[in-house]
Amino acid sequence: MASTAAAALAGRLAPPALSSRPAGAATAPLCPVGAARRAARRSTAGRVMAVATPPVKQAAAAKGGKAAAVTKEEAHAIYSDMVLGREFEEMCAQMYYRGKMFGFVHLYSGQEAVSTGVIKACLRKDDFICSTYRDHVHALSKGVSARKVMAELFGKKTGCCRGQGGSMHMFDREHGLLGGYAFIGEGIPVGLGAAFQIAYNQRVLGSEQDDRVSVNFFGDGTCNVGQFYESLNMATLYKLPCIFVVENNKWAIGMNHPRATAPSSVADNEPWIYKKGPAFGMPGVHVDGMDVLKVREVAMEAVARARRGEGPTLIECETYRFRGHSLADPDELRKKEEKDHYFARDPIPQFAKYMLSNGLATEEEIKELEKRVQEEVEDCVEFADQSPKPDMSQLLENVFADPKGFGIGPDGRYRYEQPGFTAGTAEVS
Amino acid sequence: MALRRLALSGAAALRTSQGHAAALGPQLLRTYASTQMTVRDALNSAMDEEMARDDSVFIMGEEVAEYQGAYKITRGLLQKYGPKRVKDTPITEAGFTGIGVGAAFAGLRPIVEFMTFNFSMQAIDQIVNSAAKHHYMSAGQVTCPVVFRGANGAAAGVAAQHSQCFAAWYASVPGLKVVAPYDAEDSRGLLKAAIRDPDPVVVLENEILYGESFPIDEAALDKDFTVPIGKAKVMRSGSDVTLVAFGKMVGYCLKAAELLEQEGVSAEVLNLRSLKPIDRDAIAASVRKTHRVVSVEEGWPQHGVGSEIMAIAIEECFDDLDAPPERVTGAEVPMPYAQNLEAAALPQVDHVVATVKRMMNK
Repeated sequence: MASTAAAALAGRLAPPALSSRPAGAATAPLCPVGAARRAARRSTAGRVMAVATPPVKQAAAAKGGKAAAVTKEEAHAIYSDMVLGREFEEMCAQMYYRGKMFGFVHLYSGQEAVSTGVIKACLRKDDFICSTYRDHVHALSKGVSARKVMAELFGKKTGCCRGQGGSMHMFDREHGLLGGYAFIGEGIPVGLGAAFQIAYNQRVLGSEQDDRVSVNFFGDGTCNVGQFYESLNMATLYKLPCIFVVENNKWAIGMNHPRATAPSSVADNEPWIYKKGPAFGMPGVHVDGMDVLKVREVAMEAVARARRGEGPTLIECETYRFRGHSLADPDELRKKEEKDHYFARDPIPQFAKYMLSNGLATEEEIKELEKRVQEEVEDCVEFADQSPKPDMSQLLENVFADPKGFGIGPDGRYRYEQPGFTAGTAEVS
Repeated sequence: MALRRLALSGAAALRTSQGHAAALGPQLLRTYASTQMTVRDALNSAMDEEMARDDSVFIMGEEVAEYQGAYKITRGLLQKYGPKRVKDTPITEAGFTGIGVGAAFAGLRPIVEFMTFNFSMQAIDQIVNSAAKHHYMSAGQVTCPVVFRGANGAAAGVAAQHSQCFAAWYASVPGLKVVAPYDAEDSRGLLKAAIRDPDPVVVLENEILYGESFPIDEAALDKDFTVPIGKAKVMRSGSDVTLVAFGKMVGYCLKAAELLEQEGVSAEVLNLRSLKPIDRDAIAASVRKTHRVVSVEEGWPQHGVGSEIMAIAIEECFDDLDAPPERVTGAEVPMPYAQNLEAAALPQVDHVVATVKRMMNK
C-alpha cells in the first residue's frame, strides 16, 4: 500500500505523503460523534445548530462500514476528480513558470476533497456554483472540460471565456458556473441571487418542481467581509436554497486565521466560522475538509435540505492549500510543522487507501484512473498551446449584450463597428 | 480657463434658499389634469406596467414594499404584486445589490432601488465589478438585465454625504448603461426601456423632481411606450447657443433659455436622457448649428459629464465653434449644509444666463 501510485502522485508536492503521525491531533472534538450526527439530522427538522463532524483522527478508511455507502463507480469518479484537480493545478504551476500563463494564478492543491466532495459528489449540472479567484478546480468538478479551463488560462480563444476572463474569472453557463470572483465576498451575494432566482421560479413563476441549489465557495479570510454576513442574514430571511461552503485553509494570504478573526464565543476562544450559522438561523457544520467522504456526507445533507426547501446551510471545511496563496507568494510565513501536518492528511492518498481497504479499487485500477487523468491533463495543455489567440475583434465584443450599448454612429451603424472607434493597440498574447 | 470661470461663477453666486423652497413646495402635491403627470407617477406606472408585462421583473430594496417606498415611488406595487415580487430588504446595499445581480445572471429582471444613489457607494463593487463586467469576462455567456435606480444628485439641506451626483462615475464604466430622466415622459420611457434592456442600466432620478408635474402626451402613456437608450432630445430649438444638460438641469436650461430669449439670444436645449451611451451625434448636430455650447450639470467639474461634452464638441466640430465651449457645474467642494453655501455650490439659472451672455459678448 505504501507505494501506491496515489501516494507517489501526492508525494510530488507533498513529500511525506503518508505519515505515521496520527493526524488531526490539533483538532479537538467539539461534541460526541453520535450526538453530533443525531443533532445534525434533527436540525433538518427545523432546529438550527452548529455541529462538528468528528476530527480527522479516525480517517474514513479506518471506519469501514458506514462510509462505504459510496459505490465503486462513485468512488472512481471521486478519485479521478481529485486527481484531476491536483494534476491540473500542478501542471498550471509548470506552465506559469514557463510563461504560458500570466498574471495571478492561485492553485487549489490540497483542497481537492472540498471541490470533489461538494460539487462532483453532490451537485447536478443545472445547479449553480459561485467561486473565487481559486476557481480552476471548481470549474473542473462542475464539469467544465480541462481543455476549456487550460485554454482560458493560456488566454486562448478556445477557453471557456474565449480568453477574456482568465485564471480568476472562469464562467460556464452550461454548467451553472457563475464565475470566479476576484474580490473576496463579491461572489457571495451573487450566488445568493442565483438561489433567489430558483426560489422566485418556485414561488412566483410556478415551477414548484425546480429543486436546483446554489453553492457559494469562499475562504476563511472572506468570513470577515460584510457581504458574508449580509448574505447569511438574507439567505435565512428569504429561506433560499443556498449552501455556503467555507474552505478554511487557515491562511488569508499571510494572515493566519486566528490573527484575523475573533473568537466565535466567549467560551471556546476559537474563531470557528461554522458557529456563525446558528447566529443567522441556519445550521452550521464543521467538517474535515481533507476527507472527501466526510465532506460529501455533510454536503449531501445540506444539498438535500436546500432541495427540500428548508433553507441554507453553512459548512466550514477544515482544509489546507499545499502551495502559497498564489504562484507569486513566497509562502514564508507558514511553518514546516504545520505544512507537514496537513501533507500527512493529503486527501488523495487517504482516499486511495480507503478504496483499497474497502474493495472499491485495486492498485491497478487506481493506476489506471491516474493514467487517464494524466493523459487528460497532457491533452489539455497541448490543446491550449495549439489553440489560436483571441481575434482582435473580441476586444470590443461582449461589453454589452446589446451592441447598441456603444451608441449608433452617424451612418446608422453601431459605433463599435466603425473604423477608428478604437482598434485597440494591446497585443493579445 | 473654463475651470477658472467655473470657480468664479460658483463663488459669485448669491442665491438664497428660496430657490429650493420654491422647488419643493407646491410640487409635492399631486393634483393635476389628465395631461399632467408627476415624475413619481411616471416612474411608478412604468414599473407597474413592466411588472404586469413580465413575471420575471421584480423590485427589491429598502422600504420598497410595506413602507411604499422611501419616496413613494413604489406606492401600491406591494398590494398589486405581493411580497414575493416587491421585496423589502434589510439595510444591506452590498448584499441585496449582489442578490439582484446574481438573480439577473440566472435569468430574472430585477429592479434594485437605492433609497438614494449615495448609498450605492456601499454596493459599487457589485455594480462595477459584478454587474458591468461579467458579460465581457464570460465572453457573452452571462447577461445581467438588472436596473439600478434611485435618487441621484443634490437634494436640499442634507449636506455632503447625501447630496451629490454620481453620473460621471457610472457613465465612465464600460458595460453599464446610464440614463437620467428629466420629465414624466423621460421617466416613463427610459425606465421602461431600462427594464427591458439586456444590460445593466443605472437610472439616475432626482429627488427634487419626483413631485414635479409635467405635461405628457397620450402616446407616452401607452403601455409599450419606451424611449430609446442612447438618444438625446431637443427640448427647445435655438440658433445661437446649445445648452446641454441631463436630469434636473434640463429644467434650469429651459428657464435660462426663456430669460435669454428676452435678451435676444436664441438657445437650443438638449436633454441628454442617456449618459451612456451618449448621443454624440445629437450634440455635434446642435453645435454645428449654433456654433456655441455650454454644458450644465450639478456634479463636480473635474472629469465630469461636462468634460465629456466639451471633448465631443471639440472632437466632432472644432472648426464650427465660434467660442470656447464652457461648463457650468457644481463647485468642487463637498456639499455644504448652510442654505446660502449650498445654493452657491450648485449651478443656478443665473449662472447659465451669465455664461451664455459672456460667451456672446452681451
